Amino acid sequence: MKDKVAEIIKKYGGDSSQLVSILQDVQTEYNYLPRAALDKLSKKLSIPQSHVYSMATFFRAFSLKERGKHIVNVCTGTACHVRGADLILDSLERQLGVKHGQTTADRGFTLETVNCMGCCATGPVVKIGEEFFGHMTNDKVEPMLNQFKE
Amino acid sequence: MASKLKNAKALAALHKKLAEETGAGKCRISLCNGTACRPYGSNPVAEAFRAEIEKRGLADQVEFKITGCHGFCERGPIAIVEPGNLFYQRIKVSDIPEILDSTIQRKDAVDRLLFRQGADTPAVTRQNDIPFYKKQQRIVLGNNTRIDPTNIDDYISIGGYSALARTLNDLQPEQVIQMVKESGLRGRGGGGFPTGTKWETCRKAHGDIKYVIVNADEGDPGAYANEGLLTGNPHSVLEGLVIGAFSIGSHQGYIYVRNEYPLALKNINLAIEQAQKLGLIGKNILGSGFDFSVRVNRGGGAFVCGESTALMASLEGKPGEPRAKYIHTVEKGLWDRPSCLNNVETWANIPLIVNNGAGWFSKIGAPGNSGTKIFSLTGKVNNTGLVEVPMGIKLRDIIFDIGGGIRGGKKFKAVQTGGPSGGCLPEKLLDSPVDFDSLIKAGSMMGSGGMIVMDEDNCMVDVARYFLTFLEEESCGKCVPCREGVKRMRQILTDITEGKGRESDLDLLHDLSVHLKDSALCALGSSAPNPVLTTLQYFKDEYEAHIKNKKCPAGVCKALIRFAIIDEKCPGCGRCVKPCPSEAITFMGKKNPVILDQSKCIKCRTCYDICKMGAVSIE
Repeated sequence: MKDKVAEIIKKYGGDSSQLVSILQDVQTEYNYLPRAALDKLSKKLSIPQSHVYSMATFFRAFSLKERGKHIVNVCTGTACHVRGADLILDSLERQLGVKHGQTTADRGFTLETVNCMGCCATGPVVKIGEEFFGHMTNDKVEPMLNQFKE
Repeated sequence: MASKLKNAKALAALHKKLAEETGAGKCRISLCNGTACRPYGSNPVAEAFRAEIEKRGLADQVEFKITGCHGFCERGPIAIVEPGNLFYQRIKVSDIPEILDSTIQRKDAVDRLLFRQGADTPAVTRQNDIPFYKKQQRIVLGNNTRIDPTNIDDYISIGGYSALARTLNDLQPEQVIQMVKESGLRGRGGGGFPTGTKWETCRKAHGDIKYVIVNADEGDPGAYANEGLLTGNPHSVLEGLVIGAFSIGSHQGYIYVRNEYPLALKNINLAIEQAQKLGLIGKNILGSGFDFSVRVNRGGGAFVCGESTALMASLEGKPGEPRAKYIHTVEKGLWDRPSCLNNVETWANIPLIVNNGAGWFSKIGAPGNSGTKIFSLTGKVNNTGLVEVPMGIKLRDIIFDIGGGIRGGKKFKAVQTGGPSGGCLPEKLLDSPVDFDSLIKAGSMMGSGGMIVMDEDNCMVDVARYFLTFLEEESCGKCVPCREGVKRMRQILTDITEGKGRESDLDLLHDLSVHLKDSALCALGSSAPNPVLTTLQYFKDEYEAHIKNKKCPAGVCKALIRFAIIDEKCPGCGRCVKPCPSEAITFMGKKNPVILDQSKCIKCRTCYDICKMGAVSIE
């Protein structure tokens, strides 16, 4: 972990004003923000731990908890909302057995919501990993999830 | 790609060479591979196009371009074939051989891929004849179809960076500012502040170090106009930014991009890299002695960071909390230095103004509201997508002519503009012009360009609750009126949608709104009541139905509705039985209507969506 974090800091020239971008890269690396990595950042960048923590908790893109193998993002932007995104989210919560923001017990899926992904025309939209699923309806949820189950 | 350009002459020569080379005697196929086309599978279509062209050895006859957003997202993946301005929609991999056949042999267009508004209406061949495009004026977005955003040569071939060359060579900073002032350009991020005045104040502000910033943190849910522009034509934004920097006297720029837009991030980073290689960014740009560098910062998914002071705090590596603006950011902004922040779309308008003149620009649109505005037209309209219209156009023209009216023949109810800071406007206001001032007068605002259309199946109380829930989550918590006020308003609205509303709630909501407007620290809080105030003003009957009759007229609020089977219509096909997640529906044999057990029903709407016979009703 030491080397990875050091590498990321180096990429940004140790510039603590780029903390959001640094945290993004750390999260891409580990899928979440591990505590040890935050400690490391604080030391290497010479900024208080409390500051790193406040940044990591202020922005909704960051997770302090380990996330699942597949990140399921339900768009709940306005365009998707008026087309029934809530019902799709309910359906996903039922089928995965978790609330949004939570990870399934087998760490297969983390269910999250996002406020817009820029493809409103195909709403309601769900994104799993890098794959988009547009014009979602309740009956499409199960077959969609099955593609990602082992 | 060419090597570093030493001066404006070298740029002009490169432009001439590229313009001559591009498409000489070739057909051009531009395929949209914007973010919105990808869920339709535009990536595999692009790959298949490339492979087929290579397989047939057509590279010298066909110029194939993968471009950013063409706008008509509803019909993706889409492609335009030139010459002929042919418009193909909903292209599948299997259609490609036929498209190439007809293109190469200059035969008739592939009929089944042409646009039709309805199944029984005639096909439209040319893009420019499609009603969706006809009333638009695509001065900013139009170039998206002509260029590959990942290749700077394409932008230069259509005259890109010539406005920058002109600025650096022939104009004084004050002249550029004067030009922008005369054009009447106003901030496209929603505020509508005159851009030229902002630049002038920043130029005159004390300090040697100044910053220019692109606000691409389009957090407004349901708006992706900035995304479409930054992804599809990143160089136009960069060019505008460098011109602005020169005019203001800044040598460092920042582009703050929403992290949920990976494609925009990729394309703008690539654009900067390529512009640096050609010497259009960096030291001594085009031999003028002017230096400028730029950095891209990613957002962290906080809506409030679209607010200028919050954005600047985030650029400094601090949590994105706004501050009171008794000292404007053009005087003291980023690192307490004069900073000029403009929206993506504002910057992209600048090269057009420099090239075509302030007079040309000020003639577009309406008096006091010159130019065009890009909207993301979404929700319940037939033709969703990115539209660019001259300001002053009527809402009705956008929704019914460009948007093709409401889906499924339903009835129009409201249009929401300005995102969570805007409001919902009813049918009687459809003839109001779309400009900064008229929208504010109606209780809404322009915002960054979201335009969400709602029909009779949308509940306006639920929409107000939705926006307040969103704002409650996104409130940074720094000032009490917003942190507490938005929360209380959301609680009252939730109660109303659950049938627990009291008649006094409406006055209370109104009072809270007025106080919040007056006392919140930043625009997020002070505009938060807009969705509530406009729905209260224009759709009070819906609130009253929820409170007095405990009914949701649109059939949305779960606590106030029940699903029922209409026995006469139910053929007993049983299609709804298995999908029901709570096993509330019992199959009674073919030809007998199914039975829905109300005690088990969780109101998930699955049966309602599945039933083709319309045998499920919402009461």
